[in-house]
Amino acid sequence: MGVAVSIKQLEKRFGTLTALAGVSLDIAEGEFFGLLGPNGAGKTTLISCLAGLARPDAGTLAVLGRDVVGEYREARRLLGVVPQELVFDPFFTVRETLRIQSGYFGLRDNDTWIDEILANLDLTDKADTNMRRLSGGMKRRVLVAQALVHKPPVIVLDEPTAGVDVELRQGLWQFVRRLNGEGHTIILTTHYLEEAEALCGRIAMLQKGRVVALDSTENLLREFSGHALTLRLAGGAALPESLVGLAVGQANGDWQLRLPDFSAVERVLASLREAGIAIEDMRLSPPDLEEAFVRVMQKGRTQ
Amino acid sequence: MNGLIGFRTLLWKELLRFWKVSFQTVAAPVVTALLYLLIFSHVLDEHVQVYQSVRYTAFLIPGLVMMSVLQNAFANSSSSLIQSKVTGSLVFVLLPPISYLEFFLAYVIAAAVRGVAVGIGVLLVTVWFAPPGFEQPLWILVFALLGGAIMGALGVIAGIWADKFDQLAAFQNFLILPLTMLSGVFYSIHSLPAFWQQVSQFNPVFYMIDGFRYGFFGVSDVSPLTSLSVVAGAFLAVSAFSLALLKRGYKLRN
Repeated sequence: MGVAVSIKQLEKRFGTLTALAGVSLDIAEGEFFGLLGPNGAGKTTLISCLAGLARPDAGTLAVLGRDVVGEYREARRLLGVVPQELVFDPFFTVRETLRIQSGYFGLRDNDTWIDEILANLDLTDKADTNMRRLSGGMKRRVLVAQALVHKPPVIVLDEPTAGVDVELRQGLWQFVRRLNGEGHTIILTTHYLEEAEALCGRIAMLQKGRVVALDSTENLLREFSGHALTLRLAGGAALPESLVGLAVGQANGDWQLRLPDFSAVERVLASLREAGIAIEDMRLSPPDLEEAFVRVMQKGRTQ
Repeated sequence: MNGLIGFRTLLWKELLRFWKVSFQTVAAPVVTALLYLLIFSHVLDEHVQVYQSVRYTAFLIPGLVMMSVLQNAFANSSSSLIQSKVTGSLVFVLLPPISYLEFFLAYVIAAAVRGVAVGIGVLLVTVWFAPPGFEQPLWILVFALLGGAIMGALGVIAGIWADKFDQLAAFQNFLILPLTMLSGVFYSIHSLPAFWQQVSQFNPVFYMIDGFRYGFFGVSDVSPLTSLSVVAGAFLAVSAFSLALLKRGYKLRN
């Protein structure tokens, strides 16, 4: 597999604010890649640099080997971007919008593909409706359609589900998954971490313009989250000495323990039996990205 | 060839944009110009004669036509840009593989077309009052197109620079409107005091209107070749500045 997106030592400043402070990142062809980080971490700036909407101050970016500045025509043809803001041109209908967007990318007579996108995004019966008359969710779908008119091998979705209802969100993910299955590289930024966890094979976490974590979703979960065990002990008993190291918190009489793996459950139970403490209630929850995210961010702040 | 399709689509989109609201973008300025003509010709036709054998109303018509061409060309590119900047839809033009030169040409040509469309409209409704001659049709066409292109390019600059509608309105009210109104639309500069004659000679819009008027009457305040050189020079200067902004991505790609 080749490299879909290559970013080297990317820097971008706005006045005195450093939005990106030397980001290097490679995304392989066919990946479903997540770009996470708090507001102001530089996600959108990074995407803007990739899409040619902002000029980098230093460093290089390439889409499938094409430099986004030097070979901008080729690079932009390989890239489809769904912008974060819900923007539209109020003068046109959905079909006109998509035909115009096709033309911008040098494509004429693109109606067969336009019809297919419309059908996939459940927009067929809105094709001749003016953009102004569409609901927010519908406009969001048109934005996705606009990014796809030129069949780009690399697709960037910048927070595509912000303010979108559950049904559309699921429909959208089904469609994007299919595109990914057909070989498109997907780059996603989102604040919904459960979405990123479910969809992305690999994740980069940004903080203050730097990459603070970059690994497969699985590894990030293992390293920064782990299984959480919640215990309620009979008679409000204290944890035995040997288990105190695993405890991460106590609330309403429940102990929260963080386990590196499943086998640790056995050790916990053995220790409790030895100490003669009975268990009143117990819950085991799988690792989750939100916890991993919070820990990565905390680690980043203390560094 | 793909690049040309991109350029042609952007041009087409820009034309469609004003044509879809042509009542507001073409019909309204035609009515405004007609009102100017009715009022000024009513008040002045009997009292003022600018050139020998040319009635004031006939003199006024080309001036009004050109003023409409210029103001509407400026309005087209500047309002299209500020609207798509404010709503954010400019991103759809910035993401595709369209070069800054194609971008510039599409906006400027569309602006000139709107200007000329309004100009033809104004001519059609006013020509009945006092038919001006059409002595040199080629000069008419050249000055209309060049004037529209200059204002279209100026509109690109204003549209890029302005962040808000009121900044654009300031540009329009404090620069474009005085330049066009004080350029000899309503009078020959020979009727001005010497000082204001001097001042008018630094106004490029004066040459646009004077050269345009020459096409109708074969008479003008200055030689049409002088006017053509000034207007062509202004076009090159404004275009170069506008292209430099676009190339840098000033305010658009940041």
